[in-house]
Amino acid sequence: MPDFLLEIGCEEIPARMLEAASIELTTRLRSLISRESLLLRPSDQDGGESRLDLSNILLELYATPRRLALVVPGIAAAQPDVTEQVTGPSLKVAFKDGKPTPAAEAFAKRAGVDVSRLQKTSTPKGEYLAATVTRKGRPAAEVLAEAVPKEIAGLYWPKSMYWRAGKPERFVRPVRWMVALLDEEVVPLEYAGIKAGRATRGHRILGPEQVSISTPTRYAQQLRAAHVVGGGPERELRIRKALDAATRTISGARWREDAELLKTVVNLTEWPSVILGNFDPQFLSLPEEVLVTVMRDHQKYFAVENASGKLAPHFLAVLNTDGDPDGLIRHGNERVLRARFNDAQFFWNFDNRTRFADRREKLKHVTFQKDLGDYYEKTERIGRSVGAIAQAFLKSGITVDRGAAVEAAHLSKNDLTAELVKEFTELQGIVGGRYAEHQGLSKAVADAIYDQYKPVSMEDSVPRTMEGAIVAIADKADSIAGMFALGLVPSGSKDPFALRRQANGIVKTIAEHKLLVNLAHLMYEAREQYQSSDAAKKFTATVEGYSRSIAAFFRERLEFYLRDVLGLAYDVVNATLSADANDVVDAVARAQAVAKVRSSPDFESISTSFKRMKNILRQAAEASKRVAEPYSPGALLEESERELAAAIPIVAAKVNQLRASKNYQPALIEISKLRPSIDAFFDKVMVMVEDEKLRANRLGLLATVVGELSSIADFSEIVTERK
Amino acid sequence: MPDPTAPTYQEVILRLQEFWALQGSVLQQPYDTEVGAGTMAPETFLRVLGPKPYKVAYVQPSRRPADGRYGDNPNRLYKHMQLQVILKPPPENVQELYLESLKAIGIDLRMHDIKFEEDNWEAPTLAAWGVGWQVMLDGLEITQFTYFQQCGGIDLDPISAELTYGLERITAFLQDRDSIYDVVWARDPQTGREATYRDVRYQEELQVSVYNFEAADVDKTWKHLEMYEAECQELINKFNAMAADKATSAEARARFPLLGAYDLCLKCSHLFNLLDARGAISVTERVGVIARIRQLAVGLAKAYLAQQSSTPALKQKTEGAA
Repeated sequence: MPDFLLEIGCEEIPARMLEAASIELTTRLRSLISRESLLLRPSDQDGGESRLDLSNILLELYATPRRLALVVPGIAAAQPDVTEQVTGPSLKVAFKDGKPTPAAEAFAKRAGVDVSRLQKTSTPKGEYLAATVTRKGRPAAEVLAEAVPKEIAGLYWPKSMYWRAGKPERFVRPVRWMVALLDEEVVPLEYAGIKAGRATRGHRILGPEQVSISTPTRYAQQLRAAHVVGGGPERELRIRKALDAATRTISGARWREDAELLKTVVNLTEWPSVILGNFDPQFLSLPEEVLVTVMRDHQKYFAVENASGKLAPHFLAVLNTDGDPDGLIRHGNERVLRARFNDAQFFWNFDNRTRFADRREKLKHVTFQKDLGDYYEKTERIGRSVGAIAQAFLKSGITVDRGAAVEAAHLSKNDLTAELVKEFTELQGIVGGRYAEHQGLSKAVADAIYDQYKPVSMEDSVPRTMEGAIVAIADKADSIAGMFALGLVPSGSKDPFALRRQANGIVKTIAEHKLLVNLAHLMYEAREQYQSSDAAKKFTATVEGYSRSIAAFFRERLEFYLRDVLGLAYDVVNATLSADANDVVDAVARAQAVAKVRSSPDFESISTSFKRMKNILRQAAEASKRVAEPYSPGALLEESERELAAAIPIVAAKVNQLRASKNYQPALIEISKLRPSIDAFFDKVMVMVEDEKLRANRLGLLATVVGELSSIADFSEIVTERK
Repeated sequence: MPDPTAPTYQEVILRLQEFWALQGSVLQQPYDTEVGAGTMAPETFLRVLGPKPYKVAYVQPSRRPADGRYGDNPNRLYKHMQLQVILKPPPENVQELYLESLKAIGIDLRMHDIKFEEDNWEAPTLAAWGVGWQVMLDGLEITQFTYFQQCGGIDLDPISAELTYGLERITAFLQDRDSIYDVVWARDPQTGREATYRDVRYQEELQVSVYNFEAADVDKTWKHLEMYEAECQELINKFNAMAADKATSAEARARFPLLGAYDLCLKCSHLFNLLDARGAISVTERVGVIARIRQLAVGLAKAYLAQQSSTPALKQKTEGAA
């Protein structure tokens, strides 16, 4: 059972794509080997029984910028021979007067046996000709040589290229060499005009140009001798240790953990080492976010902090070489960082020559969106919305600094005119907050400006303060309202203004701050703010159409939040949002209550009954049957329906009282207590009777039950075991 | 500590040119119409089209009005120089050749950290894109390495490799200067007297920044842009009408001044950049003007390709060369 090694030697593969490609290659090779029966041990050729469990094969994966490789240990040297019976033409056709016809002869020829050795087989359709054939299994090398290139060609790359004339294939970057071995033997496969051999290449600078791999089991070791650590996890460990070691030279210092950056440098190196560099402590007077962005995003350096968590004037660079004995590399990196920090310092000083608040006038020349006017107008609108929301909060006894919130809204976009933001666009908002703070604006204002784009993802935190939360919500609502009113509604993968992300941010902020904000009202008011502006003249959506699409859009966002962020079951979410989808905080509470009671037998039964009631009401509506609303209890005949009719007002009153105080779980338990009455009703009463008056009143009763008890959740949406 | 043994700015240029000349490249001279990048010079933009193999290297002063800083900023220039190398088709050892070229300017790769980091290139005004890397040397981006895939909206076959060396950066690195203006441009071998980048270029950076940001007449610049655009478009239209006419002689096709039209297109691109630096283009206009210039570039690329393939005289030369 030979081992198989495949290495695709490539010009530098983008770090962000390496891991996924490596996993995909593994999956493809696993399924290829299984599909081609190369997992079967040659000794047990009796069929599926001896098939090994795919997940048990321990593949060794190697992925570096210049290579994707894997070793599959112990595959079959050849496919097993397969003996099977093949069916031919029916006997009627195959023989005439006891002699084989041309049809029989053709079949025998195809099956590779003599006509005399053909057999008979009985099928439900009659008697047929059959032959036992044995197909010789092909050697593994032959199968792999044929099939592996197709798997390589099938790899998915987010961005790929042509390089050979005539454009015969696409790959992420040009493939330059290939290694394919079954133990000592080269597998003669070819891709992109490159024939596989046993020669790989070492590290670009440190390694020998050519390394001849003797066997798959020695691959990793031979790579290492050529200064290549093939395995990503091993490189990661090496980098972590080197980061630790370099940081230990500074007392009390720690490197800032950064999973994403770590992954990037693991995938950028074949032989990683780490250097510690320094920068002038005077740069520490710049906002930390700017320093970290330069180090992390622009230079791929790890930041270093002191014992109290403050940024320290050092950085850690991960090299793709074995060290820096003369300090040349450190010197070069320090020089680059100094230039970048100098730039940032220049912009910071330059920007601070202008009073931050004075920048607002300049927003009149910065376009927000071509049809929605400039940023000055946007801040006016946000300011009005923020003022109204804060006012409402104050009325409800919620503490908020209304003045600060409105001021923050007005100044929120000022940093768009700052040079520092033009340089570091990813820091907008944050930079504004820093300028506001630096220039002595109140903390409430500065923090609200700083947090205005939060949360930037579902993992990100929401604004820290109430003022920040209101500004963040109003800003996002304004963008969504404007775009929807213009008819620029996100569809499918098309969401160029990231409106979904912004709406997710609104939902998350309301939920986590437990804000008294009604989504429909918020979005209605946001649209109102555009009234009598030039933008409003370009609105294509009617108010009704706007409200409808906004409602559907936010309902989806709310569903997403309840399901994917809070982890609630989809039917619970549907049931909850069918009752109401505008009050986020309330929806969360109701959904959580429903989730708690849904599996109780009473509740399941109630859910089934509600489905039944709704079905009956729907069928009645379709058949245009009258529903008596209100129904008259006196018109009901059976005891069970009179009992139900009597119970409803009592339960409804209790439920409404509990609902009003947001005690949803007790309210749901009250409802589930109705189960015996409802069950008895359905046992004894036929609703769709001939008697028009009786039917109308029975329908009226059902409508009342559904109407009175569906305000927490629409129970008919709950998926139950029983039909 | 500035390194006195490091090559001067002009030595860096000379050594790189020599290196690529030894690899069989034509050494072109800088194109004499304003361009924003070496890619826009016809030696790249037009030569990468069609099947004819070509190797060329040239220094291209690249003007980006908005990047000007009045000579104040140690790292930013309105006009910087690129050494542009086009290898069509790219040889299999193109990366190794590139690393060799670094040795030619005195970089001992064993003593440094070099990485090829993904950086894909796209030029919307040229309808061109490619994939490649930024080459990082000790944390400094020294070269853009791009495999062109499309140019003027046309799929390239064969593709070209484009190497764009940032000459000022590389020399400042070699000489260990914190400011580009302190880079030694030339050193007199007799007297040892040095001419710095500041001596050679500071005044130009200052005055052209003033022109670009303050003095350029916006109305006239718009008019210039419109006139160049109109003339360029007219030439493209004429060529297309002529090409569609079967009666057109091969000679008439071959002598049609598409290269002249291309110069007009470059003028448009530069004037657009100037207006942009001047703050005279709103966001809405911006998209529109970019689309107009793109239309010229795409029109010219198509026409150029048609001229090359339909003109026996040019075609013959093409095949002979290949």
